[in-house]
Parts: sequence; structure tokens; C-alpha cells
Amino acid sequence: MRQVAIVAFAQSRHTGHDTGLSEPELILPVINEVKDATGLKRFGFTCSGSCDYLAGAPFSFVSALDAIGAWPPISESHVEMDGAWALYEAWVRLQHGDVDSALVYGFGKTSMGDPRTLMTLQLDPYYLAPLGLDQVSFAALQASAAGVPREELDAIVRRSRADGRRNPFALDLPDELPADPVVEPVRASDLAPVTDGAAAVVLAAGELARQLCERPAYVTGIAHRIEPHYLGLRDLARSASAADAARAAEDGLGPVEVAELHAQFAHEEPILRRALELPDDTVINPSGGPLAANPVMATGLIRIGEAARRVHDGTARRVVGHAAGGPCLQHNLVTVLEA
Amino acid sequence: MPSDEPLTAEHVLEFPGGYTRTTGPVIGRFLTELRAGRLVGVRTAEGRVLVPPLEYDPATGEPVTGEYVEVGPAGTVTASAWVAEPLATHPLDRPFAWALIKLDGADTALVHAVDAGNPKAVAAGTRVWPVWRGERSGHITDISCFAPEVSKIVSPVRSSYRLKAGGALGVFLEGIGRGVFVGGRCGGCGKVYVPYRLSCPECGILLAERTELPGTGTVTTFAINNLPDPRAPEVPFVSAYILLDGADVPMIALVGGVPAHEVRHGMRVRAEWVPENERTPSMASVRWFAPTGEPDVEL
Repeated sequence: MRQVAIVAFAQSRHTGHDTGLSEPELILPVINEVKDATGLKRFGFTCSGSCDYLAGAPFSFVSALDAIGAWPPISESHVEMDGAWALYEAWVRLQHGDVDSALVYGFGKTSMGDPRTLMTLQLDPYYLAPLGLDQVSFAALQASAAGVPREELDAIVRRSRADGRRNPFALDLPDELPADPVVEPVRASDLAPVTDGAAAVVLAAGELARQLCERPAYVTGIAHRIEPHYLGLRDLARSASAADAARAAEDGLGPVEVAELHAQFAHEEPILRRALELPDDTVINPSGGPLAANPVMATGLIRIGEAARRVHDGTARRVVGHAAGGPCLQHNLVTVLEA
Repeated sequence: MPSDEPLTAEHVLEFPGGYTRTTGPVIGRFLTELRAGRLVGVRTAEGRVLVPPLEYDPATGEPVTGEYVEVGPAGTVTASAWVAEPLATHPLDRPFAWALIKLDGADTALVHAVDAGNPKAVAAGTRVWPVWRGERSGHITDISCFAPEVSKIVSPVRSSYRLKAGGALGVFLEGIGRGVFVGGRCGGCGKVYVPYRLSCPECGILLAERTELPGTGTVTTFAINNLPDPRAPEVPFVSAYILLDGADVPMIALVGGVPAHEVRHGMRVRAEWVPENERTPSMASVRWFAPTGEPDVEL
């Protein structure tokens, strides 16, 4: 495998409301930030992650290219997935060996619609979507199957919000948790907040990584695994695909100082923690995680970027960034980064 | 006009008339059976029954066999989530549960709504049955929802009778029509009974004399009733044993003019009559007994 590292990471100051900025306007500052950090103006490969349904505009990712400067033509790709999978595609692209740098970005505005019912559109159109099964409802089925005690869930939310308040990029959410159930057993406080935001990462291979960054975060393992889509075919109390992805990324994650987990509901954190077999002393989501800022389609990429940041600033040597997609943690990506 | 607020506009993304999709043979078979009122699963090469059927075995990626197996119609809930406030897009417009339901004979669970009435009526282990839509079209919503097994029914009971008050009751009610309580005294034991009766239940002899009692008395015991009754003004109401002054046995009457939780043993009460021109030989002429305000009596 060719050695590839994350050499730069930037994210927007996420907002819990629509500021009226268009998607290219949201992306432009973070792209410029990673260009400035690396000194690169052009990249061997560019890949983005977003979802047209968030803005309700077909090919909205094409207009987002306005933020990149795509002339003369660039080598570019897009995934209709979280930007974490754009990072995976870029990592694979760098394995080809003919290019040494890649720009990856993800963006999303959930403030424009109703994410709870919008997420029904990702479900299979024969058996699930016609029931109107919404995002909170399918998450509540998983929460019911997992049976995580309420005190544990509340502690996760409080810790995430407290960390988020210390993170200038995350939202300021109160310490008090409203007890009203949305769909029992899921309460309003267990949900990730509506968030608009974007993030960008630069990957560099071989010698270029050391030239661009004082402490590159080397990708020592990266893999993603998926489970059947239909909820009734799975054991919702566990995440078999997260466990498989961790094994495929690295044969046993071993000691991990920091893990950034893409848990959009409080009960997903213990499910993931168990699947990844993270040691008790691993610090989970010091950024506040998705429960403090959830710019959908950038949230997973931010997990990898936040983990990389701990290597960049010298506070950690071995970290994990995790991303998830699909209903009830259907699809999981695990990235192991080392100094 | 300049403003700090950005301009806003409404935007709808829609496929008018809906998006037409082909089902393929496997999902098509399931939906066709559903239209006929049957639930089927498909058998995998390893012998597992997938419900609803898929074209492949998710465990191996191999195509499923062509063998369809009738399952259910009943099943067992494996997980559930309670929706207290349904969305417009949900299958039911009243509170309901989402559930994973393992239909009898299936190895996987079906996701559907359960019309359970209240969250305590559905949990892992609850047995549920499909409730079919009247008009079926080959759609997952041909099952309008599932419902728990029948464990109780409601039986209406209502019979009419015509009562005639001859004898002692007629004497008592005639007194009520005049605004007095008529009792009777036993010549053997001396006890005074109200309402008036013909004989003494202790001595077994005819009562010697009629007597008229005052409308005041003492509550000896009472019950707070939370079920509506046509004879009571409102719910909750209090029915009480009232020992009229001068009587030896209490009579049953309503207590009113006081909050139900303030009624107590030993409370002094007085009959409150309807206006004289509205009085009839019926207990309806006594509106209720209301507190007199006197100190309670030691019983």
C-alpha cells in the first residue's frame, strides 16, 4: 500500500439555522483554508460528498464545483454519500500512484427541509418508504433493540454538548435536556441538531505528505462494510458492519487515544463503541461529535478530520475516525490514523 | 426594501402522480400474494425464510430459491418504538407503535405499524395479527397495520323494566312528594326504620306506627363514584349512608354541595329539596344531602 496522509483539515463554523449562504458560498472558505495550509492550488484528484435531496435540487453538487476552480478541467468525482466516502475514493485513487495529492470535501444544509421525513427517501421503495417510516422512528427501533439505559444516554448527550460548547466550530447547545419523547424510547435530546456546514481535507502521498505538513496523520488502515438494508434482516442491537470494517481496516484496533464516532443518535455511540471494541480509556468525540454539530454529508468527514487534527497538533499518536451511512448504522467506514 | 433577513421562497420537490417502479419477480410475488390476503416468504439455499422476500440471501449474496412459503398471519414483536404524535405520512393517525415483527414461520422480521392503543400494550414478545385493508392493490400498506391478539371484547347490556311502588315504598315516596321522610317504628324492639317498611326485619312483626323524620342526619360511610350515573349530577359524585336523626338504620343518598374529597365519616348533612312545585313522589325530589356546617359527630 502506498503511504497516504491527511495533511490539512478545515471546517466551517457550523450553524443551527440557514444563514442564506448558497452551497458554493459555504464551501469556498474551507477550500481556501486547506489550500492556504498546504500551499497547493491544484490537486491530482478532487472528490466530494453531498446529497441532492437536502437542497431539493438535482445535481446541486455540480454547482458546488464553482467553489473549486475547475478550469482548465480537473480530475473530479462525487459520491452521493458522506464526504468520508469521498475521502475513501480519493485514498483509493492515490493508490494508483500517478497522482500525489487529493482534495476532499463534504457539505450539507439540513435547515432547508425536514431531515426527519427527508431521510425516508433513502429507504427501499417497496417495503419501508411507503410506510412513512421516518428517521427518528427507525432510530427508535434500534434504540429499543439496544436497550441502553437512560442515564447512560443522557450522560453521552451532556458530555457531547459540553465538548461542543468548547469547540468553536460546533453549536452551543444547553446542558438541560428536555425529557419529551419524540418516538419512545428516543427523546428530543438524543437527536443530532439541525446543522448547516462544510468541511475539507487534503490527502497527500509519499514524500509530498512530509513536505506539506509537519506531523502528517498517516492512514494506516481504512475500510468500509455494509449490512442488508432491510431492518428486519439485521440484529439492530449490534453493528456487525462496523465491527467488520474495524477488522478490515486493521486486525484489531488496539490502543486508540481518540475516536471520533459518527453517532447521530445517543444510543448509536455505545453500539459503535462495542462494535469497534474500543478500550475504556479511548476519548470519544472530544469535538462534541455529531450531537453537537451535524452538517449531514460532512459529519463523517469531520470525524476523520477531527481525529487527524489530534495527530497534527501532537496531542495524539494513534486515532480513529468513523463514518456511518444508511438507516440504523447500515454502512460503516473506519479510518485508523497514526503520527 | 433593505432588510437584514435574507429573501426566502418556498420550494417543493415532487414527482406528480408518483414514481413508477418495476418490482421484479420476487418482490412482485410478495406484493401479489399480499393483494390476495396472504403473507409469503422466500426460502434461501440454506433453508432460511426471508420475509419480506429479497432476490438474494444477504448472508451469502446467493440468489434465493424459487420456493415461496406462506407465513403468519400472526407474528411476534421483537422490538418496538412508540409514536405518541403521528406524522401526516405515518400509516395511522392516532398514537401507535412501530415494530419489528417475526411472522410465524419466518426467520427475519417485518417492519410495520402496530395499532396497540397504548405503549404498554406492545413490547418484545407481544403477539400481533395483520389488519387488512378493505381494498387491496398489491402494496405494503394492504396491511393497514398489525394489532395485538384479541384478549377481551365489550358486551353491551341494557334491559328496561317498569317498577310499581305499591305497599311500603309507595307510602315512603308519597311522603317524599310532600317533602318529608316517612319511617316506621317497631313495637317489639323500638327501632325506627327509614325508608318506611311494613315489618321489622329483626322481630319479624308488622311495624306498629309511622313516623316522620327530619331532613337532617350524619354520614356513616360513603363512596366516591367515578363512573357517570344518570341519577347523579356530575362525576365524581358521592353516594353515602346517611343516618337520619331519629332513625336506627342509615339510608343511601347522594351527597353534594361539597367537593368529593372533603366528604368524611361523621359529617352532618341536611336534605336539599327541589322547589316545592317541582316535587314528585320520586327520590329525584331530594337533590342531594349537603353539609350543614355543624361539627362532625363521633360515630
